[in-house]
Amino acid sequence: MRTKEVGRPLDRVDGRLKVTGQARYTAEFPVEQVAYGVLVRSTIARGRILAYGTKAAEQTPGVLAVLTHENAPKRHPTKEFDPSDKEPSASPTTILVLNTDEVSWHGQPLVVVIAETLDQAEEAASLVRITYAPAEELAKLSMLDQKTEAFVPKKVLNEKPEVTQGNAEEALAAAPVKIDHTYTTPPYNHNPIEAHNTLAYWEGDDQLTVYDSTQYIFGVRKMLSEMFALKEENVRVVSAFVGGAFGSKGRAWPHVGLTAMAAKVVGRPVKIDLPRKDMFYMVGGRTPSEQRVALGADAEGKLQAVVHTGLTASSTSNTFAEHFSFVTRHLYASPNFLIQQKLVRLDMVPNTFMRAPGEGIGTFALESAMDELAYALNMDPIELRLRNEPEKDPTMHVPFSSRHLKECFALGAEKFGWHQRNPQPRGRREGPWLIGQGTASAFYPANKRSAEVKVKLSIDGTALLQSATHEMGTGTATVQAQNAADQLGLSVEKVRFEYGDSLLPKANGSYGSTTTITVGGAVELACEDLKRQLLRLAVKHPSSVLHEANYDDLEARDNGLFYKDNPTRGETYAVILAREGKENLEAQASFPPFLKEKLEEMAYSFQSFGAQFCEVRVHEETGEVLVSRWVGVYDCGTILNDKTARSQFLGSVTMGIGMALWEETHWDLRDGRIPNASLSEYHVPVAAGLPRIEVYSLGIPDPHTPLGAHGAGEIAVTGAAAAIANAVYHATGKRIRDLPITPDKLL
Amino acid sequence: MRAFTYTQATDASAALHAALQNPEAKYIGGGTNLVDLMREEVERPNEVIDINALPFSQIEVLPDGGVRLGALARNSHTANHPLVRQRYPVLAQAMLSAASPQLRNLATNAGNLLQRTRCYYFYDTTAPCNKRQPGSGCAAIHGVNRIHAILGTSEQCIATHPSDMAVALAALEAVVQVQGANGTRRIAMEEFHRLPGDHPEQDTTLGRDELITSIDLPALPSTANSLYFKVRERPSFAFALVSVAAVLELEGEQIKNVRLALGGVAHKPWRARTAEEALLGKPATAENFRQAAEAELQTAIAYEHNAFKIELAKRTIVRALLTLAERQLLA
Ligand SMILES: Cc1cc2nc3c(=O)[nH]c(=O)nc-3n(C[C@H](O)[C@H](O)[C@H](O)COP(=O)(O)OP(=O)(O)OC[C@H]3O[C@@H](n4cnc5c(N)ncnc54)[C@H](O)[C@@H]3O)c2cc1C
Ligand code: SF4
Repeated sequence: MRTKEVGRPLDRVDGRLKVTGQARYTAEFPVEQVAYGVLVRSTIARGRILAYGTKAAEQTPGVLAVLTHENAPKRHPTKEFDPSDKEPSASPTTILVLNTDEVSWHGQPLVVVIAETLDQAEEAASLVRITYAPAEELAKLSMLDQKTEAFVPKKVLNEKPEVTQGNAEEALAAAPVKIDHTYTTPPYNHNPIEAHNTLAYWEGDDQLTVYDSTQYIFGVRKMLSEMFALKEENVRVVSAFVGGAFGSKGRAWPHVGLTAMAAKVVGRPVKIDLPRKDMFYMVGGRTPSEQRVALGADAEGKLQAVVHTGLTASSTSNTFAEHFSFVTRHLYASPNFLIQQKLVRLDMVPNTFMRAPGEGIGTFALESAMDELAYALNMDPIELRLRNEPEKDPTMHVPFSSRHLKECFALGAEKFGWHQRNPQPRGRREGPWLIGQGTASAFYPANKRSAEVKVKLSIDGTALLQSATHEMGTGTATVQAQNAADQLGLSVEKVRFEYGDSLLPKANGSYGSTTTITVGGAVELACEDLKRQLLRLAVKHPSSVLHEANYDDLEARDNGLFYKDNPTRGETYAVILAREGKENLEAQASFPPFLKEKLEEMAYSFQSFGAQFCEVRVHEETGEVLVSRWVGVYDCGTILNDKTARSQFLGSVTMGIGMALWEETHWDLRDGRIPNASLSEYHVPVAAGLPRIEVYSLGIPDPHTPLGAHGAGEIAVTGAAAAIANAVYHATGKRIRDLPITPDKLL
Repeated sequence: MRAFTYTQATDASAALHAALQNPEAKYIGGGTNLVDLMREEVERPNEVIDINALPFSQIEVLPDGGVRLGALARNSHTANHPLVRQRYPVLAQAMLSAASPQLRNLATNAGNLLQRTRCYYFYDTTAPCNKRQPGSGCAAIHGVNRIHAILGTSEQCIATHPSDMAVALAALEAVVQVQGANGTRRIAMEEFHRLPGDHPEQDTTLGRDELITSIDLPALPSTANSLYFKVRERPSFAFALVSVAAVLELEGEQIKNVRLALGGVAHKPWRARTAEEALLGKPATAENFRQAAEAELQTAIAYEHNAFKIELAKRTIVRALLTLAERQLLA
């Protein structure tokens, strides 16, 4: 197939709508008679509710209802999101808030106030009083204090919590060169610019429509159908545009079910838009982690032992163990591995995916440790990594579908000027500023999920794609229009993509950097089906130039099917359809085609790679750190659109810098309060703190994935924090193993 | 947010009158702090009196050679004004280090002085806080207190004053001009903000209904050099962990005149008188600067998470003074 649209740095198809304010986000859908809901948070982390004082709230003008567990309609328990389910529910937890008197975390919504206007609802909510019976046992709020209760969970996502190969501890003890350290990362919270919003209304008793800022429409539908005992098809979930998600919107947090419940009670549409503070308390974030990485190498730098063990937290009401150890299972060769994850349960809001879950924090530990080992060996850190390139996946023992980490380092080192670097720490300064450079590998799996796509070709030469996938600002609508344009030989302006509605063909959640391959694969299959149908129509007619054609002889081009070896011989779709008296033709396909997928999945290890390079300036006296340069090179297959992919890389590096230097959720260990639950005190990245970020992708197709592509949404977060910590060490001679790298740690 | 009425004042006496009539009313300037606090239910006025139409936006030279900054002049306009940039670099730098351009375009000079603490617990109406609700306790003193004060704290409150501008004004010995029901008065910058003591609910010595009309800056000796250093956790849009406003005048290598004020360390801009006294007449050396900084922070008290501020403050003082001294010795 000739590539025309795929790869082009096409502007986003929805860019104009967005910058002119016409793109409609959840909170903006005009619905008649909408009422507003505001949630009251618990102020203890564990205990029981004794009584509510709701009189003053009920008497506030405009108030329609004040719901507590005493008067809220009963709902049905829902299954927690389980990645081994074919179509998991989006529920983050098994708890049904407002259907229980138990308090499981500080900030749990306990009361819903519904009023005519938002101000009235807020005012009334501020008047609600709640008394509690604190739990007999103290709330568990500190992961490190609960260490003794840590356990090995049954699974970590869909994988084993432990991998042992050979005897890593013995090999470590025997290794001539080794390092053994503990790395910690703090809790982080989600702060997409669009907060989580839900708008719900009922038609009759059994028809529910929900507008929701979600990256997993069918998961929300499943959860709501379970919660309200409805047929799945009686629940419609719409999510037209999403203002950033980064994992937070992969789950339907408690306000989603509460909005539907409130709409039922007041008998009119209800909208709940979470204020920023509630985003910290009612939407899960990233768990803290404590990780041990011990590496033993021979004198040549070949790894003999790799130990990566540690601890994360989940809540008392969910089971998600963030998979920090996955990176170590695939990145470097070693005869001996000891990998183990443990979990503790805390009285906190259920934790969840956050951009590059697992690998985001796992690479901080592993790639810092690799740098430490390089110094212990007196070896260039890139050289160390190259010496430990595995021939096959070191723990799965199958070949990589495609792996070009070496090329990433080669190109990155050249662009960055790495080989001019004097490896000696504290070797460069400008006045009080110490200057250092660091590097790290990036790693993220190239997973796929499932999606269905319908394509409808019209006689006027336009095509409509439909799939209930999501547009979170990533560019899905744009790249899939490009993809379909190539598959069908149309120009991209002729392709329109409808998404974000459960009335459309089913798609899985858009997370884990899977959407591009998954939806892309389904588009490819649907288009193929369509082209085969078109050919069958043409073949019937002796008068058609395609009468004798085989599918493989043809290509889609110039709005029709043409012989590959004779560019002028063929027929346009308009001719084929007109002859049949058809206005249009449809095809629908699912990805992955089940059997083929299973076999490939087992035969290869699908991973993306990258090399991160950065320069930092550290103020010797005040400990301030500025990142002054960035070069990143990524290996994630064919790039569908240079512009949208580049934006993903830039955004990811930015989030990686935020994670390394600024972001951190503080927990008040007395009662689980989050003191810095605001954008003023929770420091997300700002433009003034960012350097010029240079990003490159190798663009080498993966022979075993649709279009040769991998997702590109998360890879560039990984390794970023380690590259910075490594550069800080190079600048100052001080190794920071505890994120974020704030000035006090460098004093 | 609590429902409120909106009153637009056309002149100072109308504004004062409205405030006297209603003890729950609040003036509003740029609203960048007040509206925030109203949304969080921390401030709950039933009336806001808009003073933006009052004629207090001028920036002009005073007869004694000083400069008058109108209370309603915007922070961005003030910081970028040639009189401020040329004569008071410390003030321009302090103001430009604050908040973000959008906020500075709205924020007024008076509002900046009167902005309230960023103590986390002050902002969370479900937490005890003596400043927000006298007598309820202080959640910060045994809580997360990384951003809190190390100097001049009390058992009742350990909050800091968040303004950068005010720190520069303290070093410049500015005077706040105030108009009240009984006429006008002047408040020296050092007297304007308070230490928490037993009344942390009172940030300043301004009367409830009094209006700030201007902030007056005395002239600086032409040979003096000044600067503002702000150490923060993020290079913009973050409050100071520690900041230093410094004015230095040398005679040869001797310190003829020095003024130092610290931000991020106390309930008010902390005029570092002890350090200043220790330095007067001494040679401008790193050791002398360090000794003066040590002396200033002798009384500092650390809480669980903010001990680093003590060393950070010392180092920032030394760095600020060294930078000024080097500049003057090179000039
Ligand atoms: C996210 C964020 C980050 C920020 N970062 C910084 C920072 O780094 N450094 C910094 O210094 N500041 C920072 N600020 C604070 C900002 O500088 C203040 O919000 C602003 O200066 C307040 O001015 P205003 O005119 O908007 O005040 P308003 O909100 O209008 O008023 C504040 C108070 O002053 C009173 N008031 C206003 N004018 C008068 C008057 N003439 N007479 C008597 N009373 C009056 C009001 O009644 C009110 O109580 C930040 C703010 C935000 C939101
Ligand atoms: S430090 Fe002051 S402002 Fe903060 S909680 Fe204590 S009393 Fe309130």
